[in-house]
Amino acid sequence: MRAIVLLGALVAAAGPAPAQTSTADGIAQYRALLADGNPAELWEAKGEALWKQPRGPKSASLEACDLGKGPGVVKGAFVELPRWFADTQRVQDLESRLLSCMQALQGFDAAAIAATPFGKGEQVNIEALVAYVSAASRGLRFNLPQSRAEERQMYEVGKRVFHFRAGPYDFACVSCHGEAGKRIRLQDLPNLTINPGDGVGFAAWPAYRVSSGELWGMQRRLNDCYRQQRFPYPGYASDATIALGVYMGVQAKGAQSSAPSIKR
Amino acid sequence: MQTRREMMRRSAAVAALLGGAGVLPAQAQTAWNKGAFEAKGVEGVLKALGVAKPVESQDIVFTAPDIAENGAVVPIAVSTALPGVRRIAFLVEKNPTTLAGVFEFSDAVETGVGTRIKMGETSNVLAVAILGDGKVLYAQKEVKVTLGGCGG
Amino acid sequence: MSDPMRIRAQVQGSGAIVRVLMSHEMETGLRKDAAGKTIPAWHITEVTAALNGKTVLSAQWGTAIAKNPFTQFTVKGAKAGDKITISWVDNHGDKRTDEATIA
Repeated sequence: MRAIVLLGALVAAAGPAPAQTSTADGIAQYRALLADGNPAELWEAKGEALWKQPRGPKSASLEACDLGKGPGVVKGAFVELPRWFADTQRVQDLESRLLSCMQALQGFDAAAIAATPFGKGEQVNIEALVAYVSAASRGLRFNLPQSRAEERQMYEVGKRVFHFRAGPYDFACVSCHGEAGKRIRLQDLPNLTINPGDGVGFAAWPAYRVSSGELWGMQRRLNDCYRQQRFPYPGYASDATIALGVYMGVQAKGAQSSAPSIKR
Repeated sequence: MQTRREMMRRSAAVAALLGGAGVLPAQAQTAWNKGAFEAKGVEGVLKALGVAKPVESQDIVFTAPDIAENGAVVPIAVSTALPGVRRIAFLVEKNPTTLAGVFEFSDAVETGVGTRIKMGETSNVLAVAILGDGKVLYAQKEVKVTLGGCGG
Repeated sequence: MSDPMRIRAQVQGSGAIVRVLMSHEMETGLRKDAAGKTIPAWHITEVTAALNGKTVLSAQWGTAIAKNPFTQFTVKGAKAGDKITISWVDNHGDKRTDEATIA
């Protein structure tokens, strides 16, 4: 069992520590200890129930929702998002697509959900749904389609949004995520202009954040990045955020998804 | 087809079945130890638990990370091959209230448990083992706690 | 009504490793809300684990057990098909019991 092996390794290493144990190693050890028993599993279970439960004004489930691989196909869908959808004629990410399905199939008001603050109302259910959908692709490798002109265009838009400097600090996403070896306090900042590796960066969200005990989807993660840069908040599931997802997802091609993962 | 969630749901009937079955360890029948859980400092907790001064022991194998990225969740584990250990208490010396939890072991489980605690700041964390004959042993480790930065 | 626990119990040798993830706020009573008002303590106080109806492990918890707590222990003399039942009680008097079959 992995947990026992990890505990065994820790016991073996529990002798007098060398004077300069790498902090990065310490953090890696801490994260490894948390890998088993990720509270995100509670959201995954809830999300599976919500997917199958008839809800909303139309009293329908989400089982006919097309996440890109056909109606109701959940496994493998996450690692191909964002992508273009014929029924909406738009490139959409997971949250955007859930809104479309919740409106079309269940009768919910997508705009109202988009305007609902994180952690409230239907946003709580979206947390569970993104955990469920992403979990079904755990271990699979990102392979966003770029076969359509619209998808390639969104990639280019995303690249520009990623590098666009603005706000009172003149930051862009690239300010923190454009180079190898950068760090804020103890968190290594992955370089998102390339594939940062399995389960890192784009491949690590949605994630359970231990600091708040909350499950954050990519939309919430991006929202918080904007806040940290002192930008105005982006629209929920707006084209700008979807474009960023296309850019990061295409750059992360081949990386294994570990979502939903566990984070500080 | 049942979802995992449905399979995990059980009716009150199961809870009722538990009520009269088996021999309950003494602790399960006693009230929550308010005095111990409100005590500050290792001495205060041990006094409230009514146990003798503990002796450090290599036989209590205590695992905790050197550094916790966030004090909200710190994974710790204890195990021991020593016979006769009835209870193990986890203490976080510098927490506002030092006692995190007390586990009581029957002969039907291995004497060991892994759990996750909260730590307010860098502190010694102790696993205190209380044996049936009154002996008290412990192991401890200092866990550094940092808040961490803004990133994922 | 609290969310179900996630219990995984797997045979290992002559026993079984049990891993439990509980859904609970585990509020310390030290935090303040946006208005500056202290959020009252709300936490699990007692946990019991039973194998085929017989209690094998119990615990008393304080506020310093983490939110959405994860617990792991090993039962002796257990086999596939045996039932693990985990129960908790919190300081509001709320209770929860969930069951899993050892795989």
